[in-house]
Amino acid sequence: MPTVGIKKVILDKHFERVYTEKEFDELCFEYGLELDEITSEKAAVEKERGTDAVNADLNDQEVYKIDIPANRYDLLSVEGLARAIRIFKQEIPSPHYKFAAAPKSGLQQIIVKKETAQIRPFVVGAVLRDVTFDADSYASFIDLQDKLHQNICRKRTLVAIGTHDLDTIQGPFEYRAEAPKDIKFKPLNQTKEYTAEELMTLYSTDSHLKAYLPIIQSSPVYPVIYDKNGVVCSMPPIINGEHSKISLKTKNVFIEATATDKQKAFVVLDTIVTLFSQYCKNPFTVEQVEVVYEETGAKELYPLLSYREMTVTTPEINTKIGISLKDEEMATLLNKMSLKAEVSAPGTLKIVVPPTRHDILHACDIAEDVGVAYGYNNLVTRLPESNTVAVAFPINKLCDNLRIEIAAAGWTEALNFALCSRDDISAKLRQPDALAQAVHIGNPKTLEFQVARTSLLPGLLKTLASNRDMPLPLKLFELQDVIVKDASMDVGARNERRLAAVYYNKAAGFEIIQGFLDRMMRMLNVNPAKDGTGYYIEADENPTYFPGRCAKIIGPKGVLLGHIGALHPEVITSFGHTLPCGAVEFNVEPFL
Amino acid sequence: MAAETARSTDNLPQQILDFLGSSNEFNSIQLAQQWNIDHQKLIGAIKSLQTNEGVLATKDVTEKRLELTSEGVQFANEGSPEFLVFEFIGVDGATQADIQKKPFGKIGMSKAMQFKWVSVDKGRVVRQTADVVDSTRKQLESLRIGSDDVSENEKKELKKRKLISEVNIKGLLVSKGDSFTTSIAKPEADLTPEMIASGSWKDKQFKKYNFESLGVVPSSGHLHPLMKVRSEFRQIFFSMGFSEMATNRYVESSFWNFDALFQPQQHPARDAHDTFFVSDPAISTKFPEDYLERVKTVHSKGGYGSAGYNYDWKLEEAQKNVLRTHTTAVSARQLYQLAQEGFRPSKLFSIDRVFRNETLDATHLAEFHQVEGVIAEKNLSLAHLIGIFTEFFKKLGITNLRFKPTYNPYTEPSMEIFAYHQGLAKWVEIGNSGMFRPEMLLPMGLPADVNVAGYGLSLERPTMIKYGINNIRDLFGSKIDLEVVYNTPICRLDK
Repeated sequence: MPTVGIKKVILDKHFERVYTEKEFDELCFEYGLELDEITSEKAAVEKERGTDAVNADLNDQEVYKIDIPANRYDLLSVEGLARAIRIFKQEIPSPHYKFAAAPKSGLQQIIVKKETAQIRPFVVGAVLRDVTFDADSYASFIDLQDKLHQNICRKRTLVAIGTHDLDTIQGPFEYRAEAPKDIKFKPLNQTKEYTAEELMTLYSTDSHLKAYLPIIQSSPVYPVIYDKNGVVCSMPPIINGEHSKISLKTKNVFIEATATDKQKAFVVLDTIVTLFSQYCKNPFTVEQVEVVYEETGAKELYPLLSYREMTVTTPEINTKIGISLKDEEMATLLNKMSLKAEVSAPGTLKIVVPPTRHDILHACDIAEDVGVAYGYNNLVTRLPESNTVAVAFPINKLCDNLRIEIAAAGWTEALNFALCSRDDISAKLRQPDALAQAVHIGNPKTLEFQVARTSLLPGLLKTLASNRDMPLPLKLFELQDVIVKDASMDVGARNERRLAAVYYNKAAGFEIIQGFLDRMMRMLNVNPAKDGTGYYIEADENPTYFPGRCAKIIGPKGVLLGHIGALHPEVITSFGHTLPCGAVEFNVEPFL
Repeated sequence: MAAETARSTDNLPQQILDFLGSSNEFNSIQLAQQWNIDHQKLIGAIKSLQTNEGVLATKDVTEKRLELTSEGVQFANEGSPEFLVFEFIGVDGATQADIQKKPFGKIGMSKAMQFKWVSVDKGRVVRQTADVVDSTRKQLESLRIGSDDVSENEKKELKKRKLISEVNIKGLLVSKGDSFTTSIAKPEADLTPEMIASGSWKDKQFKKYNFESLGVVPSSGHLHPLMKVRSEFRQIFFSMGFSEMATNRYVESSFWNFDALFQPQQHPARDAHDTFFVSDPAISTKFPEDYLERVKTVHSKGGYGSAGYNYDWKLEEAQKNVLRTHTTAVSARQLYQLAQEGFRPSKLFSIDRVFRNETLDATHLAEFHQVEGVIAEKNLSLAHLIGIFTEFFKKLGITNLRFKPTYNPYTEPSMEIFAYHQGLAKWVEIGNSGMFRPEMLLPMGLPADVNVAGYGLSLERPTMIKYGINNIRDLFGSKIDLEVVYNTPICRLDK
C-alpha cells in the first residue's frame, strides 16, 4: 500500500480549511485511507539516519503520512487527494476534464519507429499549456511521477514517465530504439554528454537509478526520444535529458510515457493530466498528442481522458451492501465518490466513470463506492440466512483427538517450520537421497528456507537443542505435515500428515519409544498382528538410525508406515546433542 | 520466680507436657526464664507438639521486658565507668590526663564527679569518700537475670544512660488442649493400608500437612500454545456452522494462488520479494482447461460485466508453483468445486500455514497460520458479513468493532476490521475481509446472485496477545522455550 507524505500546511491550503488531527484521521478512516503517522522532514531524517544527520536546513513542519489504497492512483498527490475528498464532502463539484483546442500549428506528434517494438513498444503523450507552478506544486508534480513509477509502473518496468519544458524542444518527436553506443546526450543534472554505454557505467553506482538499469541493459537497442532537431528528450526508463528539463518557470509541459503495458500507460497519463491540469490557465484542459506508428501508419490520440459509461441496477447494489436506498439517493451517494450517476430508468443508474477512476472495473466497484458513501458503520447488521451444518476435515479431526492422547501419554508438542535447510533433511539425517524427494525453493532469502521438510525429526532435534537446560528426560512430539514430491498431483507435490516423537535421555530407551508407538496404535484401535489386520515392527536398516537398532513399522494391509529406533550417533551430534535419543516417525494418513 | 540452673533441653516436648500436666497453664517467656533456657528452643518444642492435633491450646502473648544494651552488658560484666575511675585513682589520686587515657575515663569522670565520689584538687583527682558501692552494676546484674528489685527511678536513670531498653517479646500462653495427654506417640507420617485394615488409624496421631508449600509437578505431556488457540478457533467456527476446508496442500500453482482470484500477473504480491517460488517441481500443468480459458479471458479482455485488466495474460506465469501465500488458494479450489457440484449455501473455514518470503523480525515469520472464513450464499450482503464478524469476535471477547473501507485485489467491497484496544487507547486492525469479486466467482460457474465473502486474520497475533509473548520466534519454531509450552494455561479466548 503506497504512502504519501504531505505537509499539513499544504493539506490545509488544498482543503481550504484546517482540520484537527482527530478530524482528519476520522475523515481518512471513513473514506478508506489511513493516517499512518505524523512526522516532519526533520523527524524523518532523524529516524532514518540518526540525530547527527539532522541539520538546520531541515524543516520541522508537520507532515501527514497517509496510506493510499493500491488501486487509487488518483490519490497519490495532494491535488487528487484533496479534490476527491472535497467532492466526497460535497464542498466542490466533480470537474469535467476536457481536451484543449489544437493550436494553430497543430498537435504535437510522436513518430514511433518500428525498432522500439523489441524493447518498449508503446508511447503516449500529452501537453499541459500555460501552467503556473509554485515550489509546492512543482515538488508535488515530481513526487507524483515518483509515486506512479514505484506503484502502477512497477518500478518503471511497465511504464516510464518523462516530463519536459516544451518551449526548449520542438516536435515532431521521434521514438526510436538505437544501439547504446549511438545514443549520446547530456542527461539530467550532468554537465557533459555521455553515450548510453557510458551512462550505464555511470549509473551503476547511483543508489537511485541503478535499480532501473536491468530493464534495458541486456537489450541490443535502448529506447530514446528525440525532438525534431535531434535533441534527446529522454532515454526511458532510465533518465531524461538535461536540455528539456522542467523548472518552476516552465509554462508548457510535454509529457511522454513509454510502456510495455499499454493499458497502464493510459492510466498513468490520465492520472498525471487530470491531477495537474488544475494549474493550467484553463483548468482541467489538456492538449492531445498524436502518436504515429511509422510502420503501420496507425495514428492514436492521447491522453484518452476516457469517460466510461456503465449501467448498474439499484436492487443489485442494495442487495450486495444490505441497504434499501431509492434510486436518487444512491445516485447522490455516487456523486460523492466522483462518479456521475443518473437514474436512466426505474431501478437503473447510468454511471459515468471519470478518467481519475481507472480502479472501477465492474459494477461491484460501484457497489463498494455506495457502501463507502453510505458508511460501513451505518449498516444494520444481520446474520446469513441459510443454515449450514459444520463438518470437520477428517485428518484434522483425527489428529486433534490424537494430540490430546499423546500429551496424556507424557509427550510435549513442538511446532516447527515446514521450511528448512537442505542439510537438515539430508546430510544431518544421513539421508543423501532425501533431496531428490524434496520440494525446493527457488528464491530463499536465507539457508533456513531452502527446502520443504520431508521429515519432522530435524525440527524436533532443533527444538531439543534450544532446550538443553531442561530436566531429562525430554519427550517431544510433532503431528504436522511434511511435503513430498508426487507426480500424480496437479502441482507435483503433496502434504503428508506425520507423527514423530523423540525420547532424549541418558539411555536411548528404545522400549520407551516403542511403548509410545504401541500406545498410539492402541489409541488408533490397531492391535499388534502380522496378518495384515494390525501392526508390527521388523528389523530394518535406515541411515538415520543406529545399525541394528532400527525397525520399520508395518501397518494394516502391510503398508509401510515409518521407522522407529535409536538415532545414529552422527545424527545426534550433527544437531549438537550429546545423549542417546530414541525416535519414531510414521504416516498417520492410512488411519483415516 | 527464681531461676534454676540451666535445665537440659533433652526431650523438651516431654518436659513441657509433664510440666503442663501438673500446672495446667504456663507462659513460655516466664517458663524459659524459670528453666533458664533459650526461649526460642522452648517455642520450637511447643510448635513440634502442635503438630499433634488438640494436645495443646495456645494463645499469643506479648511481654514487655527490659533488656541490657551492649553497653549495659559491658558495665554489668566489668563494672560501671564511675566505679572504674574510683578504683583507678586509688587513695593517692591521679592526674586528669591519665584518667582521660582510659576507655572509661571520660564518662566515668563525669559520673564520679556527679556522685561526688571524687573531686579535682589542683589538677589531681582525688577520692572524696573512702568507699563506694557500684549500684549501677548491681542494678544491671539484677535486671539481666529478670529480678525485680530495681526501683522505677533507677530504671529510668539506666534508660537515660542507654544501658537498658524496653523490648517486646512474643511468647505463647500454653494450656491443655482438648485431647491433652502427657504420653503422645510419635506422629505417623501418613495413613498406611495396614492402619486402614487394622483400624489402628483411630488411635494414631498424624503429622500435620504443610499447606504452605507447592505440590509435586505431575509428569505429563503438554500441547503447544499456538495449537491450543487453534483448537479454540476451530470450536468457534464449528459453533457457527462453518465446515473445515482441506488445506493440507502447501505447494500451490500461481493459477490457484493468484490468477483464479483475479490477481493480475504484474501484481507486486507475485514478486520474488514476497512469494516463495518452487524450483522443483517448478510448474503445474494440469488445470481445468475451460475454466483456465475463462480466467485468461477475464484478466486479459474482461467479461462478466468487467473491463478486465487488458494485459497479455501468460500461461507460463500461471503455471509457476509457489508455496501458497494465503489459504484463499484453497478457498478458490473449494468454490470452484462447489460450482461444479451445484451450488449450495456454504460456510467454510481453515486455519493453516501460509508462506511469505518476508524479512524476518519480532512480528514477521516466513510462515504463519492464517485463520480464514468463507461464506457463500445467495444475496449475501456486507450487512450479513458485519453480522458474522460481530458474533465471531464476540466469541473472542472483542465487542467494540468498526469497519474501514480498504482495497484488496480480489475482494470488492473490502473492509478492514478494527477493534478498540483499551490498553493502547486506540483502534487496531484485527482482520481483513471482503466480498470476492465477480471476476473471480463467475468464471468458476457460480450463479450470478451468489455472493461470497471471505475474511482472515493471523493465528499468531491473538495468541501472542493472549499469552503475552512479544517475539513471534518465542512462539513458533524450534527456538521455543519448553518451559513456556509446559506452563501456558488453557485457552479461553473470551476470558
